[in-house]
Amino acid sequence: MSLLRVAVTPDDHIQGSITAPVIMVEYGDYECPFCGLAHPMVKRLQKRFGREMSLVFRHFPLATAHPHAESAAETAEFAGAHELFWQMHDGLFENQARLGLPLYLSLAKALKLSTDKLRTALETGLFAPTVRSNFIGGARSGVNGTPSFFINGRRYDGSFEFQDMVVAIDLALLEAKASLAPHLRGA
Amino acid sequence: MAQILAPRTRAPDFTLPVTPDQKLSLQDLAGKPVIIAFYPADWSPVCGDQLALYNEVLPEFRKHGAELVAVSVDSVWCHAAYVQHRKLHFPLLSDFHPKGAVAMKFGAFRESEGVCERALFVLDKQGVVFWSHCSPIAVNPGADGILDALEKLDQENENVSTASRSHAG
Repeated sequence: MSLLRVAVTPDDHIQGSITAPVIMVEYGDYECPFCGLAHPMVKRLQKRFGREMSLVFRHFPLATAHPHAESAAETAEFAGAHELFWQMHDGLFENQARLGLPLYLSLAKALKLSTDKLRTALETGLFAPTVRSNFIGGARSGVNGTPSFFINGRRYDGSFEFQDMVVAIDLALLEAKASLAPHLRGA
Repeated sequence: MAQILAPRTRAPDFTLPVTPDQKLSLQDLAGKPVIIAFYPADWSPVCGDQLALYNEVLPEFRKHGAELVAVSVDSVWCHAAYVQHRKLHFPLLSDFHPKGAVAMKFGAFRESEGVCERALFVLDKQGVVFWSHCSPIAVNPGADGILDALEKLDQENENVSTASRSHAG
């Protein structure tokens, strides 16, 4: 079983609390069709589990196979530097078929981000080291394709069906509660 | 699954075509750690992901001074088209004729289907197997096992050189 080698920290892009009983880490690629399909399903999971599950997204672009994956990841990081990571993240996945500079610029504009600064950031590869560091951490953790999910640090190897993932997260929740419970039981 | 060569076994030398007019021998890579990835076939989806992944991790392998070669029973022409299409930056060796002969030496040939196993080998600088792993044919083994092995190999080399230094001192 593969374990997450790079712990979740406040530097991660996280939706929800870092102290939530379940943290799901997704390694994804904005150009990967499977990640695109998983995107609405992940949102359903977030809705279903509310505060009990937080979501972390890390980049895993297979750049030679997906020519726009790297620039899309850097665009998301650019928005992240302005506290708008998730808005850009959604915009990229929702417009997966149109990835490329014109889309990045129009998404940035809609988020009131400087398109000039985005252009410069992409040209200079300002966020490339961040994306690469996500990628290497994923490779070290046994990410072998995208999307890859880690639920409380353990790689989820099941199907990407909503119900199957609910079961896995429920189980992680139970485990998390059991490990927190002893003091409540007076153990 | 076949019984693949285990750690501490000397890897058999081989020479295989890389392109229609180029060959590569294991000996050519002597003095460097070598990663050999046997895989069933060009173009099949899982291999695609596996080799695409290694293509991206390649700079990391090279940080350890390691060379990566991938081997299947596909012909050189098939490999050439595949390398070009997927923009792969490492050599694909063709174990085409006699079919699977090299894979057999490594215990990485699937007789029933006539293709290579999905088997990984990390050889040390002396050409001895340091780590090996055989995955189920449809499972992409990822890069973590290789990276862990390369890291351990570096540590061992470090220990050896420290030991020899202190011995000399």
